[in-house]
Amino acid sequence: MSRKPLSEGSEWTFPLIERYDREIARIAVEFGLDTYPNQIEVISSEQMMDAYSSVGMPVNYHHWSFGKHFLSIEQRYKRGQMGLAYEIVINSNPCIAYLMEENTMTMQALVLAHAAYGHNSFFKNNYLFRTWTNADAIIDYLIFAKNYIADCEQRYGELEVELILDSCHALMNYGVDRYKRPPRLSAREEKERQKAREEYLQSQINDLWRTLPVKPKARDDKKQERFPPEPQENLLYFIEKNAPLLEPWQREIVRIVRKIAQYFYPQRQTQVMNEGWATFWHYTILNRLYDEGLVTDGFMLEFLQTHTNVIYQPPYDSPHYTGINPYALGFAMMRDIRRICERPTEEDRRWFSDIAGSDWRQTLDFAMRNFKDESFIAQYLSPRLIRQMRLFAVLDDDRKRKLEVTAIHDDAGYRHVRQALADHYNLGSTEPDIQVYDVNIRGDRSLTLRHTQYHRRPLHKSVDEVLKHLARLWGFTVRLESVDEKGRVQRTYECKV
Amino acid sequence: MVPAGTQVLLTARVVTRIIDRRLNGKNKSAVNRRRFLRRFKAQIKKAVAESVSERSITDIDSGEQINIPARDISEPVFRHGPGGEREYVHPGNTDFVAGDKIRRPPAGGGSGGRRASNQGEGEDDFVFNLTREEFLEFFFDDLALPDLVKTQLAASVDFQKIRAGYTRDGVPANINVIRSLRGALARRIALRGPHLARLREAQAEVDALLREGRDDEIARQRAAQLEEEIRELRRRIKAIPFLDTFDLRYNHRVNVPKPTTQAVMFCLMDVSGSMDETRKDIAKRFFILLYLFLTRNYERIEVVYIRHHTTAKEVDEEEFFHSRETGGTVVSSALELMYDIIQQRYPTCDWNIYAAQASDGDNWNDDSPRCRELLIDKIMPLLQYYAYVEVTPDEHQRLWHEYLAVKEVCPHFAMQRIDGLEDIYPVFRELFRKQES
Repeated sequence: MSRKPLSEGSEWTFPLIERYDREIARIAVEFGLDTYPNQIEVISSEQMMDAYSSVGMPVNYHHWSFGKHFLSIEQRYKRGQMGLAYEIVINSNPCIAYLMEENTMTMQALVLAHAAYGHNSFFKNNYLFRTWTNADAIIDYLIFAKNYIADCEQRYGELEVELILDSCHALMNYGVDRYKRPPRLSAREEKERQKAREEYLQSQINDLWRTLPVKPKARDDKKQERFPPEPQENLLYFIEKNAPLLEPWQREIVRIVRKIAQYFYPQRQTQVMNEGWATFWHYTILNRLYDEGLVTDGFMLEFLQTHTNVIYQPPYDSPHYTGINPYALGFAMMRDIRRICERPTEEDRRWFSDIAGSDWRQTLDFAMRNFKDESFIAQYLSPRLIRQMRLFAVLDDDRKRKLEVTAIHDDAGYRHVRQALADHYNLGSTEPDIQVYDVNIRGDRSLTLRHTQYHRRPLHKSVDEVLKHLARLWGFTVRLESVDEKGRVQRTYECKV
Repeated sequence: MVPAGTQVLLTARVVTRIIDRRLNGKNKSAVNRRRFLRRFKAQIKKAVAESVSERSITDIDSGEQINIPARDISEPVFRHGPGGEREYVHPGNTDFVAGDKIRRPPAGGGSGGRRASNQGEGEDDFVFNLTREEFLEFFFDDLALPDLVKTQLAASVDFQKIRAGYTRDGVPANINVIRSLRGALARRIALRGPHLARLREAQAEVDALLREGRDDEIARQRAAQLEEEIRELRRRIKAIPFLDTFDLRYNHRVNVPKPTTQAVMFCLMDVSGSMDETRKDIAKRFFILLYLFLTRNYERIEVVYIRHHTTAKEVDEEEFFHSRETGGTVVSSALELMYDIIQQRYPTCDWNIYAAQASDGDNWNDDSPRCRELLIDKIMPLLQYYAYVEVTPDEHQRLWHEYLAVKEVCPHFAMQRIDGLEDIYPVFRELFRKQES
């Protein structure tokens, strides 16, 4: 079927973007992609840098760290060390995607397919996003947060607010519930309830620190009750609810940072999948456009060149090597799953008996909905792809003088390589496991955290700085015990107040 | 939130909105940028100070690339340090097999070892650009300049009157005759128009009455009525003034900031052994400040560097600040050389001449009176301003006392002892006061 191409040159116009969007949407629907409505915003490169530096959010509160981020991006962009990301897409409903005005029509179409249909459908359907984020309310919540923090700055001074934010940012990665689903955000309720919460919380805190003598009965208990009774993984939540000296507005700021951290938590766990999914779909959709005769050869050449750059994976001994490229790995895996469905080999049938020969659309859709990077790789990385990428695992044990190659792309090594790679993306192993362990509520009110070591890995020396931040929030001495796998305390860090 | 130009369109199933946001402001990060600069003021100031000592004087008036150590501004988080057991997966294996032992690559070495992280343990500098305004702000910060002076230095102050069209009011000397008369003509035509039209009609009616030759009461009355109206119209037309104050137009002139003419700045410095790097650095700041002041006021500035010990020599900036010599000090040699250069190259009718001298106050004793004579008799009459700074914590020597005598005679001679950077400004106070008046 040969039709007239949608456009010939590289210039884009609004009507052209509309026509491309209509065609891409049609194909996306044919493939069964389920998306939020799109809101496509055309912006300039300066605006892109702005968006980039406030972690991609259209509104955010003010903080110097965003300024730092902006300066470094601006510097690198101006010197041509990096191109700007072609796209930023926001997990919201409607899904907001930015197009840069400097891009050619080909790039705009690529971004449309990648962000507005690829990422968009991932945001809408992946279980982590469905569980942990609320796309309908995030923009509203950010506006609430921005106004609230601006208000605090007026009342209590920029510096005061900055100190709290600095400390919260240092603990941001420990401000998420990993296992418990948070209640949904709602900006309006948030604002209405904020005041009530403020008063209630303060009264609760005071109760915890009541100075009245304890009833004699309690003293008879052989075992003193520990507080908290169970270790707590969400440090910021614990501080918000229990730090003795924080003012109500400071608690609210802790809460804001915590909520935003929670919003980004799924993104940190689905990078490979999310990028792989979006890349797979822009590739598939644009190729379909080409097959239908809607785009020219020139369009395809430009697209393929960009696409190839995006999914390039330098080998380990290349000077450009900076680790595994999530676009490359994700795209290769998505394509590989389709291949296993459509043209399974004998080996695939042995390894993936459940999906070999099945309908690729349904299989991919299932994978996209129900996995995160770690489990996705553990489930779907095929021996064939391990061979293709020539993956090998290296063990670095500081007790041994040399590194050891533990597995390569051969029969004996597939499972090991796959497990080791999956482990790369397990936040539980890449981030130190640190939990609130004990508070000395009858004595000096000091807070004790426990770091449970993973494969004997010690903490980075930045731990002292982070403890200072924690102590600022807690208001009393903070201690951190590093515990090895047998439960023995190996090392103690302390920040006295 | 949705600006004009929003286009909404329907696709097969979902609604896509395309919005042109390019018209929205682009400096959304300006606040965050300012906060970053405020937060790391100390580090940036240090970097600015370093860059000033490396920068050429004439190059001071631009933005700057700033490096600060990344660890100073890092945002700490809990993470793993080196050590323990860790297993990595890498792509692109060529010839390893399971069980191979590899020598541990040096810490931080990229390939084969740990994954290079983009915010990891490297001691790389954080690099960014300051704008010219931001740079000058940091530069001025040490010098204890009053705000007024800062604004003067950071902006151009001289004005020139240029023609800018016409205005309705002004002084009689500025009346523009052609414009005024053209306006008057237009007004007369406009005001006369309706009367003339009516006049012609009335006249035509009178003529018609006369032609018909009717001689009854009604016709006579009508004719008289018309005659009356014609008279009234003629009177009105005549009453329209030839020139009204309303018509007057004056040539309009506005003040436009403009650097005036050209200036030459002489930098004189003692480079005998006692002037060490710190003293030279203070001297350099002093020269920079004078230079900045001059750039605000003059279109073209030349800088002449003269250094001296027992003899004086004209040199380039590099040599001026960075080479050292030992030996005695004869200040008059530099003054003489300056005088010669002025005579040869910078006639006072074409050039505004400024001079700045930095020294530690050492001079060969018999030479000091000679310096005074040279200055009072020959040099000061040629100069706009002469600033002398003595960079020394010690007792004043004879040169200082001789210069005090110069100061009494010449109001445009300024002198100051400088211990630290904040002492520089008083030297300029006189200069700026002159500028304001």
